[in-house]
Amino acid sequence: MNFNARRKPKLAVFKFASCDGCQLTLLDAEDELLAVAEAVEIAYFPEASRAVIKGPYDIGLVEGSITTHHDAERIQQVRRQCRTLVTIGACATAGGIQALRNWQDSAEFVRHIYPSPDFIHTLKMSTPIAEHVPVDFELRGCPISKSQLLELISALLAGRKPNIPTYSVCLECKRRLNVCVAVAQGIPCLGPVTQAGCGAICPAYGRGCYGCFGPMETPNTESLRAQLHVLGQTSQEISRAFRSFNAWTWHFRHASDEEERA
Amino acid sequence: MSRTGTRTIKVDYLARVEGEGSLYLKIQGGRLRDVQLKIFEPPRMFEAFLRGRHFSEVPDIVARICGICPVAYQMSAVHAIEGALGIAVDPAVRLLRRLLYCGEWIESHALHVFFLHAPDFLGYQDALEMARDHRAVVERALALKKAGNQLVALLGGREIHPVAVAVGGFYKTPSRKEVRALRPALEQALEVALETVRFVSGFDFPPFEQDYEFVALSHPQEYPMNEGRIVSNRGLDVDAAEYEDHFAEHQVRHSHALHSVIRVRGSYMVGPLARINLNFDRLTPAARQAAAEAGFAPPCRNPFRSIVARALELVFACEEGLRLIESYEPPARPRLEVEPRAATGQAATEAPRGLLYHRYQIGADGLIRLAKIVPPTSQNQKRIEDDLWGLVPALLDRPEPEILWKCEQAVRNYDPCISCATHFLRLTVDRE
Repeated sequence: MNFNARRKPKLAVFKFASCDGCQLTLLDAEDELLAVAEAVEIAYFPEASRAVIKGPYDIGLVEGSITTHHDAERIQQVRRQCRTLVTIGACATAGGIQALRNWQDSAEFVRHIYPSPDFIHTLKMSTPIAEHVPVDFELRGCPISKSQLLELISALLAGRKPNIPTYSVCLECKRRLNVCVAVAQGIPCLGPVTQAGCGAICPAYGRGCYGCFGPMETPNTESLRAQLHVLGQTSQEISRAFRSFNAWTWHFRHASDEEERA
Repeated sequence: MSRTGTRTIKVDYLARVEGEGSLYLKIQGGRLRDVQLKIFEPPRMFEAFLRGRHFSEVPDIVARICGICPVAYQMSAVHAIEGALGIAVDPAVRLLRRLLYCGEWIESHALHVFFLHAPDFLGYQDALEMARDHRAVVERALALKKAGNQLVALLGGREIHPVAVAVGGFYKTPSRKEVRALRPALEQALEVALETVRFVSGFDFPPFEQDYEFVALSHPQEYPMNEGRIVSNRGLDVDAAEYEDHFAEHQVRHSHALHSVIRVRGSYMVGPLARINLNFDRLTPAARQAAAEAGFAPPCRNPFRSIVARALELVFACEEGLRLIESYEPPARPRLEVEPRAATGQAATEAPRGLLYHRYQIGADGLIRLAKIVPPTSQNQKRIEDDLWGLVPALLDRPEPEILWKCEQAVRNYDPCISCATHFLRLTVDRE
């Protein structure tokens, strides 16, 4: 990306259906936040500031999934305002946990929660940003990793490709010197098909990976499903394991559907 | 502008709150006619898709309601489920959960005090603008926030959406050495928290008081976090299992968050101001002394002073955290094996923003049949509108930008978390 050397690049943060955790990751970079604020002009970030500097923006960070007609239109405007658009987190890149409605009757969901469902205008599906507009880069995770976010901003400022690995959690697990929870303890783990980035925290805390960074580049979900059966998991349990924060990604969706049919 | 006409004042997107909301005021003939706090954050419908999930998955799923207070959702969930399944956790697990909650209170309160609320009192658009004039203050605030996050990251595995919390305990508990390593950061955080009380108690507070019903947990021995009865300054004293007998939720057309009221009485306040007013004598010694030095005495009925209550709770959480670190011994077993049974459980815990109620009905197969979640911001929503009804009439002659900013500040008194409540803020003033 070529930025005008005489002015700081303008950064904007947009929110759609989400928990705010991924944009909070920027404010959680306590040691780096003031340096980031010196390197870029934080032009639009409503969670942190009343001030609004008009677009266009050099970098747009988009959190959240599309779940309403209004948001489906708003993302088009956001895309037009951003030279580089980066989706941050599982909601924006995969539809999030709220995409579980995609398998259900979403009208029944609304009726279940709201006494007057007619006041609620929502789409039947929760969909990732890339199903609506071209996306220049995706940061995975529920939530995203702070170091990956800082790497992304540094890379964009330097005009290089962000160094974000697409291999599986298993490699991070080995590097952390974890004993494999699936092999040694027979704990069901999605690590072999899940993209790295979290630092393999779940296995380090004695539990199986639950796939919050979504599918790795070439996941062998079929082989993992067979192994999960060997560990005594039922099809219903395996289907549920794939249907969490990245349920609507192609690989996890198909793996869960196959198990459901099994 | 004519005093007899209708004026609409609106804030289309309320800033420095978590989530999407707006504010709408209608002024007609020089009188305030309508106030609507609109929550347009799209509903994510957690209570619907929790049905059919296994109880062990609930702490991971409900964390995703809020990136700022995931621990609160995990705590209310595990307590409700453990109640349903009839299990009592190891006392060391109970203390570790309290330490984890201290971490979240520090992280969340530091964020709100310095990044979301203090700029209003000092006339800045945001904390980064504030940092240009008060760099040392913002740097200390970041150190304080970081200390809270370090606690959550050690006990939970990461700051946002921690992974270690389980029904029955923790997937893994830290060693005594790991926990004690956090002491220097928390000791420094306590110093910053005490400075924070001095800093915010010197702010200029609008002379505004309301006759509130404060609602919070109350525990006989300790300042409430995970346990206690639900009490108020008007005689309410009930167990979490009786919550729905005393509180009702209503849908209003202008909000995706349901409004909570106390049956027969109406709106009420939850959060740090309610908590401290109802539990002042159970604060830790340094927090009580800081309150005395700041001239803060309960009951405080000025919602703008909630920032002082939040700062005092920062002192409390640091001091309590240090006490828990000193006495920490790892539990014999990190968690109990839990067998499913058909049952219903309710629990309320104190999220940073106030009381958070959960109810789960579990089937004999361990799958969730029904889930009900009432976040603090839903409970405060009606009360925020009532505050604006009280505040705005005295402001009607002021220039519009001043009305807008004062109203936004009044909303931010509650640290509303709209992502939670919808599961909120734009300001619109309508004048004729």
